[in-house]
Amino acid sequence: MTMKIGTGDFKERVDQGIHDSFMRGAVAGAQERMGTRRNDAAEELGNWEDWRSHGEEIRQHVLEHLDYYLQQLSENIASRGGHVFFAQTGEEANQYIQDVVKRKNAKKVVKAKSMVTEEIALNDCLKQAGCEVIETDLGEYILQVDDHDPPSHIVVPALHKNKEQIRDVFAERLGYQKTSKPEELAGHARLKLREEFLSADIGITGCNFAVAETGSFSLVTNEGNADLVTALPKTQITVMGMERLVPTFEELEVLVSLLTRSAVGQKLTSYITVLTGPREEFDVDGPEEFHLVIVDNGRSQILGGEFQSILQCIRCAACINTCPVYRHVGGHSYGSIYSGPIGAVLSPLLGGYEDYKELPYASTLCGACTDVCPVKIPLHQLLHKHRQNIVENTGQAPISEKLAMKAFGLGAASPSLYKLGSKIAPAAMNPFTQGDKIKKGPGPLKAWTEIRDFPAPNKERFRDWYKNRDKGGNQ
Amino acid sequence: MKGTIQNREKFLNQISARLGHNDISNSIPQRSWKYHPQDEVLTDTSPDQLVEVLKTQCLKIHTSLLSANLDNLAATLDKIVTDYGGGPVVTWKDQRFSEWGLDRLMKDAWPKENIEVHEWDYTQGAENIRYAEKANIGITISEITLAESGTVVLLSDKDKGRTVSFLPACFIALIPKSSIVPRITQAARIIRQKHLDGHRVASCINFITGPSNSADIELDLVVGVHGPVKATYIIIDDI
Repeated sequence: MTMKIGTGDFKERVDQGIHDSFMRGAVAGAQERMGTRRNDAAEELGNWEDWRSHGEEIRQHVLEHLDYYLQQLSENIASRGGHVFFAQTGEEANQYIQDVVKRKNAKKVVKAKSMVTEEIALNDCLKQAGCEVIETDLGEYILQVDDHDPPSHIVVPALHKNKEQIRDVFAERLGYQKTSKPEELAGHARLKLREEFLSADIGITGCNFAVAETGSFSLVTNEGNADLVTALPKTQITVMGMERLVPTFEELEVLVSLLTRSAVGQKLTSYITVLTGPREEFDVDGPEEFHLVIVDNGRSQILGGEFQSILQCIRCAACINTCPVYRHVGGHSYGSIYSGPIGAVLSPLLGGYEDYKELPYASTLCGACTDVCPVKIPLHQLLHKHRQNIVENTGQAPISEKLAMKAFGLGAASPSLYKLGSKIAPAAMNPFTQGDKIKKGPGPLKAWTEIRDFPAPNKERFRDWYKNRDKGGNQ
Repeated sequence: MKGTIQNREKFLNQISARLGHNDISNSIPQRSWKYHPQDEVLTDTSPDQLVEVLKTQCLKIHTSLLSANLDNLAATLDKIVTDYGGGPVVTWKDQRFSEWGLDRLMKDAWPKENIEVHEWDYTQGAENIRYAEKANIGITISEITLAESGTVVLLSDKDKGRTVSFLPACFIALIPKSSIVPRITQAARIIRQKHLDGHRVASCINFITGPSNSADIELDLVVGVHGPVKATYIIIDDI
């Protein structure tokens, strides 16, 4: 799996999404609950706008001095005995990790949830190297057991599945015999995964934030799986997107406080673990060997440009949890492991307009994402910027928009054509109109009217009404 | 032993170029923040008030909270261990257990009651992990305790294994009242200051807030996933 997920084009994926009634119910329910918890947590803390501004200034400062802080981080990790590899591309990162795996003659890898390793398709590469790879986050484990069903949410990856589906998958693949109660399902996963933690050769994690000053990095979970991944195997490899760091523990604290509240409405999650280097000389647990792989994979091209602020992201998913478009189409529609507003901005930057040109249009530009972002990324403005770029520079606007714009341009350029167009609209729409609504619209209207009705053109045009209003016309 | 660093120069040069820097500066960038919201959270709160904040928070994180003084600490701990179904118990090797009068309980009373106790002993290597894996209860001590979030902070070293806090089914943390601070802000400053004073940062710092849990299945909360299923904190009045 790479960043790209699913098959078919954007419209087909959306079509699947909006006809998946469980998924739509689950997503709507999740948005309500997570949104409420986020709001309550922000309110309880107080001064939330100052917290956001502080988060923003920290992230901006780090990006402005990224070269310095990465240098400092790598020095400090090396001085604690860790190995640092800078990877320009996903392939370079995978190659390095594959080399470590081969050198260790590793057969089994346990992983804690990591978006960047999904982005670079690390699991495929590990399997090619002859390794069994086990995801240990409960949601990711469920997806993996179900033939690598792609994640649909960056914090709750199996959100689109119900517990009966999960029970059936466990029964078929793991010989599970109990009920669909979440605690029994989780209990089974606990038993299965314990064996894996204890017998794995290598543990692989992502990185929430590295700390440049001490050469540390942090992992944020509720399940405690990242702790077992980093305490038991003899070799540990951590993969981080190159922008995911802070200067010192003092800024780490601020971003963790923003992350846990924005993601799940918790003051802190159950486990926040800060690791520095491999185990110390007489330590019994923790890895003997530690590797940090710092990944660029297109990020440096974003730096210094008009989209730089997207690199402030701390992957909390608050924007996803508030987005009205995500609510209706679900995570898989985005065709990328990064879904929702953050995905609609980031995926075209990392994966190119060719594959992701529709995503900036999967937004109403309502700005709800920007309002909830804990580090004040102007998400809806960046979406708008994408649209401008697509139209102005690449000519790759979606075909329906191109036709509509062309027709509008043509019609609006000539008063007589505009007049004609608005005059024939009611008649042209007549076959599709029931009462004052269009139920099954043609062409560009089809996608809209599949989910809701479109108001039919008024029989009296605005320009006629305007002309007649003094004469006491229909008001 | 110093680790290796590979491919750094080209990688960082590209970043410098994108940022319009001529080269990587040798001086630490000035961190002058305009906002300081963390300085206003629970900062005018007395130790007793912080205990109350901690108590309220524990209700939200599925964690029992008990208070004890040095006279009744052993009895309090004994009762929890019994309630949790007894041993095996695994503990850190820490002088403070003895200073708090727990030797008789841990080294004498429990073994007599067939409650097996293993004290972390680095000379036994990986054998410690096997004990932790089959233990019912792990007992640790909080170095810094965060009232706001209900968090205990554990620092690993040769006598304080990481797995004591996450392999056993039940987690008990002893909290000296003097270790309670308002929130993670103060903990971050303490840890940073120690580093600046020349102490080594522990290889593993755990901020633990209650038992492990997950809401990955239909957003229903399940308490007890990979780590402990149950958690108890005991505040020891040492002020």
